[in-house]
Amino acid sequence: MTPRQKRLSLVVGIVLGVGVAAWLTMQAFQKNVMFFFDPSQIVAGEAPQGKRFRMGGMVEKGSVVKTAGTLDIQFLVTDFKHTVPVKYSGILPDLFREGQGVVAHGRLQNGTFVADEILAKHDEKYMPPEVAKSLKDNPPPPEPAPAPAGT
Amino acid sequence: MIPELGHFALILALVLSGAQAFFGIFGAARNDVRWQAVVRPAVAGQFVLVSTAIGALVYAFVSFDFSVLYVASNSNSALPTFYRVAALWGAHEGSLLLWAWILAAWTLSVAIASRNLPATFASRVMGVLGLISFGFLLFTVATSNPFERILPAPADGRDLNPVLQDPALAIHPPMLYFGYVGFAVAFAFACAAMLEGKLDQTWARWTRPWTTIAWAFLSVGIALGSWWAYYELGWGGYWFWDPVENASFMPWLVGTALIHSLAATEKRGVFKSWTLLLAILAFSLSLLGTFLVRSGVLTSVHSFAADPTRGLFILAFLVIVVGGALALYAWRAPLLKSPAGFEPTAREAFLLYNNILLVGAAALVFVGTLAPLIADATGMAPISVGAPYYDLMFPLPMLPLFVLVSIGIHASWKRGQLGNARRRIFTGLAIALLLGLSMVYLAYGPAKWLTPFGVVIGIWIIVSSLFDPIDRLRRRLSLPRAIIGMTVAHIGLGVCVLAISTVESYTMERDAAIAPGETLAFGRYAYRFESIGEIEGPNYDGLRAEVTVLRDGSPVAVLHPERRNYWVQRSTLTEAGIASRWNTDMFVAVREHLGGGRWSVRVQMRPLIDWVWLAAGLMALGGVLAATDRRYRSRDAVKDPVAAQGSAAEAS
Repeated sequence: MTPRQKRLSLVVGIVLGVGVAAWLTMQAFQKNVMFFFDPSQIVAGEAPQGKRFRMGGMVEKGSVVKTAGTLDIQFLVTDFKHTVPVKYSGILPDLFREGQGVVAHGRLQNGTFVADEILAKHDEKYMPPEVAKSLKDNPPPPEPAPAPAGT
Repeated sequence: MIPELGHFALILALVLSGAQAFFGIFGAARNDVRWQAVVRPAVAGQFVLVSTAIGALVYAFVSFDFSVLYVASNSNSALPTFYRVAALWGAHEGSLLLWAWILAAWTLSVAIASRNLPATFASRVMGVLGLISFGFLLFTVATSNPFERILPAPADGRDLNPVLQDPALAIHPPMLYFGYVGFAVAFAFACAAMLEGKLDQTWARWTRPWTTIAWAFLSVGIALGSWWAYYELGWGGYWFWDPVENASFMPWLVGTALIHSLAATEKRGVFKSWTLLLAILAFSLSLLGTFLVRSGVLTSVHSFAADPTRGLFILAFLVIVVGGALALYAWRAPLLKSPAGFEPTAREAFLLYNNILLVGAAALVFVGTLAPLIADATGMAPISVGAPYYDLMFPLPMLPLFVLVSIGIHASWKRGQLGNARRRIFTGLAIALLLGLSMVYLAYGPAKWLTPFGVVIGIWIIVSSLFDPIDRLRRRLSLPRAIIGMTVAHIGLGVCVLAISTVESYTMERDAAIAPGETLAFGRYAYRFESIGEIEGPNYDGLRAEVTVLRDGSPVAVLHPERRNYWVQRSTLTEAGIASRWNTDMFVAVREHLGGGRWSVRVQMRPLIDWVWLAAGLMALGGVLAATDRRYRSRDAVKDPVAAQGSAAEAS
């Protein structure tokens, strides 16, 4: 090969490599990105059935039901317009509390959100940003949502 | 009075950093010796002043001066002294001050060590560092004054966030910052070279030890953070692809590429402009990390403040620094020619592959970390990118990289005589296959299809690293520190790959509801929940359980997981009970009473997990050894690169 051809094949090789890498990234991305839905969207049927997604809002006061002696728990998540029942079996984060913000990962089954992961961070002031935004659009009537501030 | 003194010192330091930047850069441009003579005193003065400011804040913390807002927010009269000092970097303002101090310390080291360098070059390096310091001090003074008073002073402070009350976390931020800020030195060297329009192998020899040391600090910092998340947050793993973890991992990946590219630039004079670009990129990603973590755009344990002016300031600073450096690069880099060619199987080529794959890996992390922010900023549906994306994508560049490390380590400079190394390559692979496969199939039992690959590749890297040093010892050749360091760091990489493959494949974990007296079976192991009772600490009370771990029916460890209620912030924390053995970690965390005498517990066995952090330590140790090689320490080496080249032989 002449130096010119060598350079050309190098450039073509790099472009191909980058292209394949970008395509793979996009594929992995589309499959593994999780979308967020708030209770109003879920009730309106916007959330996908059977696909894993994120949901969040406030844990409604007085809604937590635990089955004594097991890890099973049920509660309602609200954005003060609509509520969605959530089912979970496992260890709850330290700051999971009624009246606090929560984010859950899981799937929707017959109107119940079956969570496989519950997130709540380490600070009482912490509010997941999607929840804070969703609550700003639907302000809670009795007490204002705490400002989003992290640790 | 003392806090005002600290504030005043900080403002003076800001003025001095401006002088340092101005006289450093323009003094060199005008070739004015008197202007350049201002720079070193300015650096020294700035270090003294920022140290005074830090000292004033420490004093305020130690003497319980709750009239200082920052102290009142992050300390308490019941807080132990050690944490009162560490509380200095427990939140936003103090972290910035720490950043500024570390930059001042690095700059002072450069000022002292650069006396042998050409005067204009050293002046430019310190000028650029002064510019960065100016930006950070301005940010601190204008938006984040740690000395702000609160009147009337509260009777007591709001306490340091309990998750931060931990020894590993007390040293995690300084280590990380020493790494982040250390890349500023490489960045300044790169900018100075571009301003001079000259970059030769001597330049690479000056830049290398600084970069390697910074990289070593960053490695330790990341490992400490990961270890802390494991036992203190009770996350129970070593890496979670949390955005903040990623923020420190991206500069590390690019920094790793940089130290390898610098090796090729020093030894062979190749990849000059690429090295410059990596130096710019590594520091830009450090700044981006600071921006992501400190601006509150990411929500995580670390996001201190959600103050939009602060975020905007850092963003503007980021744009100026990165944009300025890239503009300088576009203007100056075409001046730099890399003369020598090389074969596709020469060592240069392998270092190039290393660079492409590492930068590719950093790009993957970048996309995953920033996509949610971009989606949010452009008003698209909120998304999150979690571990599945990284688990799928990250091995794609990394596995080929690890294979290439095991092969490329044997390649020689310039000529691709890989044929001569064929015996080493195949011997190494054979040993790795033998050890790795027997480890996977005899010791642990079959697992995921990726496991044998990971284990074999990890061992292959370790074995490959050992050939050259053993050969040198056998032939009674010199073994310079550069080669020992490289070997240790590569062994660290191999150990890391091996440990991660093992942890990922053989971890056992379970959440369960269990009452005292009951036993949870777990393979050959069993966890017996003995009892649970109340405890009281200096600033918390809580519960403490006793769990005995049995192996084949006989006790091997007693674990004491705790639940702590910190009084001041009224937050509850889980302290996991962990027993470490050389081959596995036994982990138990107790969460809450479920009723009926049962408690929710999380139980884990993680084989070789401690080796992940040990591996990071090995890499860092290797970096320190390599950076203190004789050719960097000796004055003659700087003046006479040819002689130095001879003494350091083939080291890279």
